[in-house]
Amino acid sequence: MQELWEALVQAVSLIARLDGEVIEISLRSLYVSAAAILIAAVICVPIGGIIHFHDFKGKRVLINVIQTFYSIPTVVVGLFVFLFISRAGPLGGLELLFTPAAIVIGQVILILPVLTGMTIAALNGVDRAVKDTALSLGASGSQAIWTIIGEARFAVVGALILGFGRAISEVGAAMMLGGNIRGYTRVLTTAISLETQRGDLVLSLALGIILIGIAMVISVIVNILLQRY
Amino acid sequence: MAFLQTVNLEQRAGSKPLLKSINLKIDKGEVFVIIGPTGAGKTTLLRLLDLLDRPYAGDIYLDGIKATDAGVNVMEVRRRLSMVFQKPVVFNNSVFENVAYPLRVRGLDNRSITSRVEGMLEVSGLSGYAKRKAKTLSGGEAQRVALARAMIAEPQVLFMDEPTANLDPASVKAIESLIVEFNRSNNLTVVITTHDMQQGWRLAHRAGVLMQGELVQAGQPGEIFNAPRDIRVAGFVGIKNIMRGVIAWSRTGMAGVEINDRIIEAVSELPAGADVDIYIRPEEIVLSLQGLQGSARNTLAGRVKSVRVEGPLCTAMLDCGFTLEALVTARSAEEMALSEGQEIYASIKATAVKVLPVVESSI
Repeated sequence: MQELWEALVQAVSLIARLDGEVIEISLRSLYVSAAAILIAAVICVPIGGIIHFHDFKGKRVLINVIQTFYSIPTVVVGLFVFLFISRAGPLGGLELLFTPAAIVIGQVILILPVLTGMTIAALNGVDRAVKDTALSLGASGSQAIWTIIGEARFAVVGALILGFGRAISEVGAAMMLGGNIRGYTRVLTTAISLETQRGDLVLSLALGIILIGIAMVISVIVNILLQRY
Repeated sequence: MAFLQTVNLEQRAGSKPLLKSINLKIDKGEVFVIIGPTGAGKTTLLRLLDLLDRPYAGDIYLDGIKATDAGVNVMEVRRRLSMVFQKPVVFNNSVFENVAYPLRVRGLDNRSITSRVEGMLEVSGLSGYAKRKAKTLSGGEAQRVALARAMIAEPQVLFMDEPTANLDPASVKAIESLIVEFNRSNNLTVVITTHDMQQGWRLAHRAGVLMQGELVQAGQPGEIFNAPRDIRVAGFVGIKNIMRGVIAWSRTGMAGVEINDRIIEAVSELPAGADVDIYIRPEEIVLSLQGLQGSARNTLAGRVKSVRVEGPLCTAMLDCGFTLEALVTARSAEEMALSEGQEIYASIKATAVKVLPVVESSI
């Protein structure tokens, strides 16, 4: 318990002092995962929409497969991407390994299934009558689809927050693909992992508290924005 | 060709027929009420008319355009129509944005949207609601928003599917007077479905009775009530004393209908041997203690099964070999001392016995 209290005090003082390295690591975590969620959103929301709005053979199976990949281990994603971007891999020439971009790629792949699946679920959650209502009020087919997506915005944004949470809190891909290089690819989770191994539990806990704080602040901001619009 | 017309319109769910050869003619500016029991196909018909579903067969014409034609831009035709659903769906934003929706999808500029929406909210009694979140409205308020939203783009035809089915009486009244108002001021054609006969009578210029996917009868409400075309309509409009029998004899426009070994004389051209349904309105039955020596062709001996007094009127259930419901004044009942088990005569004029050929439902 003592350690937890000390950690809390240290976390507050690290933030209050604007400790250079902590701020830098936190910001890197933020922008890497923000980039990942933005890229994933651009891919997943339309794909989720396409799957939802079309009836085809094997739709049920496809959705089940997507749901299965919700819980894909981060190290498996890390390993998979590693194989592609390491020197010997097919994308080795791009020299992406141990760069922030590599972490972004890993995190995008990690959250693709959950974001796609939750987009589908969000659209499923919209009353079927919304489409008929939109059409009967003069909407074109694509206007009606946008109306449905608009009605699902709370759930879609919820999915984005969840995906962001999964990205910023994962350590496997960040470690394997980023390499935890100080000042370059070190993010909150890899820093926590390192400090814990070095025995600096208080610093680890402080970084953990910052991590939770970031997640909380984002969730609150998004919720306030949603309630206003 | 009527303003809104269907020709042999059919709909199916798989191989199950939902609507069978519907031929509707609705004039411009008319309030047409489609009455029918739950499951008759009213919603199915309205969805076809609003071009939300494709019919299995048949065509829909609007203002001379064949709306079911493959080459027609469905959205363009649909923009001349509007529909309010039984369960109002409001979009998850403000009342203002809900009502503005049809104008937004039509690409109007913000200025004219604002002025038109404000005007419509005023007319609909919704001023002051503009900023309210639509999801927080009561059922009646939401239905009023749905109606305002359906009307904002000035459609030529408004479809309403059981618009007041789950509303309180005050909200029903508000919605109904808005419908009448829109109909009068915009020469709007209104097609409403309802299972509520009374509402049909209140609103309809003309009505159609839809039963088991068939348009059984169409006409002015009074016609339908006074001369139901068949026994299903008669039953639905609340007619009592409906019985099935067979014509035992027939001559010079008169027929004897055999029901439970009794013969009832009626005016009918149908031949002997025909299966028929008959009905007799309770108020057309004259009760007497001795049996009348009058012009009534039928005088049936029976026994009083029960007597129920309601205000100035008295309903007596009689057993005359079959059950008859008679309506007399409470004073008459008192003077005759009507009571259970009493022997009684029921006199019925042949002209009061309505005879309808038996229809076998084809669905």
